[in-house]
Amino acid sequence: MTFVRRPWRLAAEVSALLIALAVAFPLYWMVLSAFKPAGEIQSAEARPWTLSPSLDSFRRVFEQQEFGRYFLNSLVVASIVVIASALIAFLAATAVTRFRFTFRTTLLIMFLVAQMVPVEALTIPLFFLMRDLGQLNTLGSLILPHIAFSLPFAVWMLRGFVKAVPEALEEAAYIDGASRTRFLWQILFPLVFPGLVATSVFSFISTWNDFLFAKSFIISDTSQSTLPMALLVFFKPEENDWGGIMAASTVMTVPVLVFFVLVQRRLVSGLGGAVKD
Amino acid sequence: MNATARRGSGWTPWLYLAPALVVLAGLLVYPLYQLGLISFLEYTQAQVSGGEPTTFKGLGNYATLFGDPQFWQVLLATVVFAAACVLATLSLGCALAVLLTRIRAVPRLALMMAALGAWATPAITGSTVWVFLFDPDFGPVNKLLGLGDHSWTYGRYSAFALVLLEVVWCSFPFVMVTVYAGIRAIPAEVLEAASLDGASRWRIWRSVMAPMLRPILVVVTIQSVIWDFKIFTQIYVMTNGGGIAGQNLVLNVYAYQKAFASSQYSLGSAIGVVMLLILLSVTLVHLRLLRRQGEEL
Repeated sequence: MTFVRRPWRLAAEVSALLIALAVAFPLYWMVLSAFKPAGEIQSAEARPWTLSPSLDSFRRVFEQQEFGRYFLNSLVVASIVVIASALIAFLAATAVTRFRFTFRTTLLIMFLVAQMVPVEALTIPLFFLMRDLGQLNTLGSLILPHIAFSLPFAVWMLRGFVKAVPEALEEAAYIDGASRTRFLWQILFPLVFPGLVATSVFSFISTWNDFLFAKSFIISDTSQSTLPMALLVFFKPEENDWGGIMAASTVMTVPVLVFFVLVQRRLVSGLGGAVKD
Repeated sequence: MNATARRGSGWTPWLYLAPALVVLAGLLVYPLYQLGLISFLEYTQAQVSGGEPTTFKGLGNYATLFGDPQFWQVLLATVVFAAACVLATLSLGCALAVLLTRIRAVPRLALMMAALGAWATPAITGSTVWVFLFDPDFGPVNKLLGLGDHSWTYGRYSAFALVLLEVVWCSFPFVMVTVYAGIRAIPAEVLEAASLDGASRWRIWRSVMAPMLRPILVVVTIQSVIWDFKIFTQIYVMTNGGGIAGQNLVLNVYAYQKAFASSQYSLGSAIGVVMLLILLSVTLVHLRLLRRQGEEL
């Protein structure tokens, strides 16, 4: 936008920085409170800094309730869901973009509609399904539904990426004697990989953040709990342990932040690709 | 595409589709069927444990639900709350997307990073942090505003307002980033040609950019409607399960409370069916809007 005049641009930049500060403030406060010693958290004045950072809150978090185990559980569930749904969605997206067959459009519309199904509404039947499968109180009860729920969106989003790979490339591969399977995994898969990364952000986050299923399906065996449940332990009826809550929140947020920063560029271009298409 | 078709694809696409279809059939379609079924049954703790046989109640559960004034109150609260969230998220997201196009790289990066941070924050930790920020005893907001020990979660509207702030904070980045990507995708020549032709800034926005951004705006609007309508975690955590005497219940939390707190699984399922039908109609609108743009599926 070259036609924007200078004073206006300066004003816009200053307000952008102020907004950035305001948006980042809750996260800053979370990390700050996690490092504050207990006395400062409960002091009458809320100072936006601390001169004596302490690890007490983190120590409390990791000593209580096998927090490390919950962290590992969350990580296992999210990784399996991300990998499984990416592979399954890649195959399905290839089918609906590179082939013409009966019911193709119907299927696409079904994927779109499936995306809109409020998964939370299915908690009750899924609870009984998991009970019948003997998966209640196991990580499987979280993995299976999340694979299913991240699929429709992943297929819909990957479609654009698969479509973008030129038809001619496929022809050339076949002329050079490549089999369909070889083309799929050695040529198409690496080319679509950035799209897979962008898509996996969504399945990772929805799985990592899941609170409803974790609360409903893991009812008696707390060794199978995931992070969101561990966080709630620090809410107490008499007085909330804010230091512990903030430390646990920090531990839960950091992996997602790291993941986001790593795929940030691909995410933006991926979204552009999916939406433009 | 002709070339591929000529290769006699036959059953290959179905082979590729098989894993997806199996997973979706088992974990989406079948539970959907079950949801509908349970909503027509008498299904409480007694039936779950096998103490009493399940009986068919027809539309009895729906009659109970629609006869309950609390249901209508919750439905109204859900619709109004979701509408407020969507409106606030979209206007903030679009305004900041336009702002991003007007500034140099450093402030743009700062705003992007802050927004990505908010976006990446899990709903549950976002909720705990915002509750802490507005905590009557130790939160910085009350101290800054000099509100003493005013409790934000005590009143119905202030509790909803607090949840709304958190929801907007964590969902505007998606709108901002997507719309910004959309604006950047508009070729610079088009905008230059328009301004050379003497079009005003407003005219460029209305006649050039808005029509080109329409598909993106439709997508982010529909996504926001869906996300905000079925909100669960924020309400559950921030208002402690639906607020004092259920004043902050929304449909999703209401269904959960009915099913898992009071073991009325059939009533919970009926609420789920109502939610499903409402969101399905939103989806139909989405499809019609996409069709009107002549998008090829």
